Amino acid sequence: MAEAEESPGDPGTASSRPLMRDLKAVGKKFMHVLYPRKSNTLLRDWDLWGPLILCVTLALMLQRDSVDSEKDGGPQFAEVFVIVWFGAVTITLNSKLLGGNISFFQSLCVLGYCILPLTVALLICRLVLLADPGPVNFMVRLFVVIVMFAWSIVASTAFLADSQPPNRRALAVYPVFLFYFVISWMILTFTPQ
Amino acid sequence: MASADDQAFHEFEEATNLLAETPDAATTSRSDQLTPQGHVAVAVGSGGSYGAEDEVEEESDKAALLQEKQQQQPGFWTFSYYQSFFDVDTSQVLNRIKGSLLPRPGHNFVRHHLRNRPDLYGMEFHRVSQARLKLLTSGDPPASASLSAGIKGPFWICATLAFVLAVTGNLTLVLAQRRDPSIHYSPQFHKVTVAGISIYCYAWLVPLALWGFLRWRKGVRERMGPYTFLETVCVYGYSLFVFIPMVVLWLIPVPWLQWLFGALALGLSATGLVFTLWPVVREDTRLVAMVLLSAVVLLHALLAVGCKLYFFQSLPPENVAPPPQITSLPSNIPLPPTLPKSMAPS
Repeated sequence: MAEAEESPGDPGTASSRPLMRDLKAVGKKFMHVLYPRKSNTLLRDWDLWGPLILCVTLALMLQRDSVDSEKDGGPQFAEVFVIVWFGAVTITLNSKLLGGNISFFQSLCVLGYCILPLTVALLICRLVLLADPGPVNFMVRLFVVIVMFAWSIVASTAFLADSQPPNRRALAVYPVFLFYFVISWMILTFTPQ
Repeated sequence: MASADDQAFHEFEEATNLLAETPDAATTSRSDQLTPQGHVAVAVGSGGSYGAEDEVEEESDKAALLQEKQQQQPGFWTFSYYQSFFDVDTSQVLNRIKGSLLPRPGHNFVRHHLRNRPDLYGMEFHRVSQARLKLLTSGDPPASASLSAGIKGPFWICATLAFVLAVTGNLTLVLAQRRDPSIHYSPQFHKVTVAGISIYCYAWLVPLALWGFLRWRKGVRERMGPYTFLETVCVYGYSLFVFIPMVVLWLIPVPWLQWLFGALALGLSATGLVFTLWPVVREDTRLVAMVLLSAVVLLHALLAVGCKLYFFQSLPPENVAPPPQITSLPSNIPLPPTLPKSMAPS
């Protein structure tokens, strides 16, 4: 991770200064995802804290409540975790094997950070579900999830598509589409017990 | 840390980009003639300009370098070994998918799409493939032919099929609930795991068994070897593609229509498989050939029928409505109705 050396022998402030710096870096990257521009911040100083926070939030909120409804119901915590990280690793391997010039952790970083719009969609869906269930409720949730899904795709392809040769761009972008589609599906079918 | 990685990978990239970029100019023109459709335009337009900007002055040097590099096979522990299996372009994958959708009798999928024939491509690629044919006929291991097989297509087709199965199976439940409100909807996420495992096992273990069987029957021949393992996997993977629209069409809740679509897709897919395997088994005894081909078709049919029955169960409403004292549990549709009593919270 891109951080400077911290001064030794300074126990009071040494713990809070790098922490605030890291939090600021994570927050800055969140802003870059929400307003995707052609900047290299996500690529230059990558870190995996943001993706970890997002993935844990997603998995905590999506996991099913009751223990004994094992046959049906939504995903377990571990299932969400495995899907997100395994999916990200597979997409990264895929784009590297196709000959992309982005490094392994940079790609993981980009894919993880671009889950942010979908996490926002999940929070909104959770709030919307507090109201009465019905077709209007479902339409609102569907609209929100679709908009956030499109946002995620646009944000991640803005970073990833440039790293591929042009004749393979569609091959590299399609797995990203599938990845975010599965996450959107999990969010859309989320029904709190 | 990022720059060191990039430099290391750039070296490998040059080796594989040689293979990728020499057919660029040719591939685009072929796509133009045969497939004048919008979705291939991505590869057509930008592929030409990319080749023109960077590679045009080094074309001949790189072709010679390519022939030298092909003499040395990278070991299986290096990254570039695996990179060679992903050496396909968008247009190539789309052409292979189209080839799997429309099987033609004299038109061997492997030879036509997976092993590059010189008369289909332009002059630049003609040179490279001539070099490859020399390598093949000089007794090199068939790994050089599998360099063009590309397992990327089958891998992502299997992933798409698994997720589409789970998603449309769940959607069927949603649609059923709209018609009959007593059916309780649940996301049924465990079906994703089941779908993934079963599709991937089918798409990798059955080709393994088939390849093993063919090798046992044939031994190793030089003239036209039996298909390598990766080519068999590739053939199976692309043949599963036709199941994706079939599964989407199974959303229509009319039973006879579902069976009709299933039969059509199974027919297309199995025909493609049979036509591809026919040149290899033709030279064996009639009995073994017939048994093998019917086993292949039977396994394919079993997969289709199994998907239909597991993911798209028709829901009888009287088994599904939960008894009023266990309102917190979602109803378990595939289980017999006696089970909810045992799961009542005490």
